[in-house]
Amino acid sequence: MLMSAAEPLMSAAEPLVLGIETSCDETGIGIVRGRTLLSNTIASSMDEHARYGGVVPEVAARAHLEALQPSIEAALAEAGVALTDLDAVAVTSGPGLAGALMVGVGAAKALAVGLQKPLYAVNHLVGHIAADVLDADAGPLEYPTVALLVSGGHTSLLLVRDLTTDVELLGETVDDAAGEAFDKVARLLGLPYPGGPEIDRAAASGDPTAIRFPRGLSRPSDMAAHRYDFSFSGLKTAVARYTEQTPDADVADVAASFRESVVDVLVTKALDACARYGVPRLLLGGGVIANRRLREVAIERAAAAGVTIRVPPLSLCTDNGAMIAALASQLIMSGRQPSTLDFGADSTLPVVEIQVAEKDAVASP
Amino acid sequence: MFLGIDTSLGTAVAVIDPDGVLRAERVSANALGHAEVIGTLLQQALNDAAVTAALGTAATGTVPSLAADTVTHVAAGMGPGPFTGLRIGIAAARTFALARGVAVVPVVSHDAVALGILLRAQLTDADPGRFAVVTDARRREFAYTVYEGLDDDDGLPVRVSEPALVPRDEVDARLGDLQATRVDATAVPAAMLALAASRAVAAGRTIGPAEPLYLRSPDVTVGHTPKRVGS
Ligand SMILES: [Zn+2]
Repeated sequence: MLMSAAEPLMSAAEPLVLGIETSCDETGIGIVRGRTLLSNTIASSMDEHARYGGVVPEVAARAHLEALQPSIEAALAEAGVALTDLDAVAVTSGPGLAGALMVGVGAAKALAVGLQKPLYAVNHLVGHIAADVLDADAGPLEYPTVALLVSGGHTSLLLVRDLTTDVELLGETVDDAAGEAFDKVARLLGLPYPGGPEIDRAAASGDPTAIRFPRGLSRPSDMAAHRYDFSFSGLKTAVARYTEQTPDADVADVAASFRESVVDVLVTKALDACARYGVPRLLLGGGVIANRRLREVAIERAAAAGVTIRVPPLSLCTDNGAMIAALASQLIMSGRQPSTLDFGADSTLPVVEIQVAEKDAVASP
Repeated sequence: MFLGIDTSLGTAVAVIDPDGVLRAERVSANALGHAEVIGTLLQQALNDAAVTAALGTAATGTVPSLAADTVTHVAAGMGPGPFTGLRIGIAAARTFALARGVAVVPVVSHDAVALGILLRAQLTDADPGRFAVVTDARRREFAYTVYEGLDDDDGLPVRVSEPALVPRDEVDARLGDLQATRVDATAVPAAMLALAASRAVAAGRTIGPAEPLYLRSPDVTVGHTPKRVGS
């Protein structure tokens, strides 16, 4: 063979990695050197989705194709590096929107082949955890840790024994993601998209105890099969019923009570997992972590439970390419082989698959 | 050398010399799975091209050079074609070109099919007359483009009508109105795509759109239930 796309010979000390993330509506290009963030360029198509009240996959995928090249160029300029300086390219293989993921996968493969650099295909959810290693102000992530990832697309509770080798799914949403619930309830209340910040604004003057909305999958009978799973569709229905039956309902109270139900379930289940597994550490990630009330309640109740909370910088909590590059960088530093060129986009990639399609280790001479 | 990439139907990658000699061609006929195969086909085509280029220099006694695999332009098939697949080739063409610091040359995918038909006809002194390249556009529609002959100056297919969609059961009536013979295509030859690009560059012409030929607005492709995933 004259050329190989992925010679695994690189400096493992502080690899320079470019990460491509296109799993939802954000085109994220990030560049990291080892654990150091060099650039984090995000182009969002959120505005284009606003009139639909949710992400339209085809709109997102088209926007990714348009944004990719300019975003790569902007990230390189910001980081002050050239493509030829890179040690590796990284890309999200899944989970996410299939058509959106495919744009990133196709782009990353051609970039890696064009540069003759190794390619690492990684898991988006684990990427959210890896964002933590880029936090220059925090010490290294201690293991094991429970991780709560909350966004418009996922609501997952994970047990992380090692970022690069051992991440276990404890539970996830069985219907809507938490962020999705915010969008849908915002719509019910006549508030615009995206719902998270709007609900927050409306809730500011409301009483979170005004209405007792249900806590999904929190009954004793749920504990056997769904102890760490989430469900928000019943909550959404309860809000809809309440607003129908109470035409003069105070929007602020409804918003605050709804938000309190979501936050309560998230924090209760996360701290329950910490207690059950004897893990005094909880990492928060995903775009919904930007919700101030969620962070407040988590910090307050974690302190009471003797659990330390970690939150990566909020700019790294929403979907981004830097977290993908950071995860690949961790994989490289732990001696992992690159991925083959044969992987695809996997919209339901399980969280245990931290890296996709790793090559067989080359026998040392 | 010109690298051609098209994912408007299957996945097709080819490398040609500037004078049109085919160096390598790698194809997957699968109408799905573009993201899976694009990297491997690209790598294989480049490997093949380097081998044939090296053989060529050996045969002529010239010194093999490192430039044997140097791609100077990337021809991107811009469709029409089903969106999900089409985008993957365009994304790949753009990032490969970025990696190599070379230009992307957009080509209407149907032009590559038409160029193949017209060159074959030229060899046999046949005249295909006015014809329409017809491809699957899903959603019970076809995409078609009408052609007539090669341009005398630059050797590129002459488009009589631009790419458009037509309901499947109306295609024959539409082509009848346009007096065009129907030619169904199930593959886009990447070598012809690259050749069209090289002829366009030689003639100083822009023959394809900078953005994909989706031919449909994005919200036509979704139902009434938008889905949020990600973040
Ligand atoms: Zn995410």
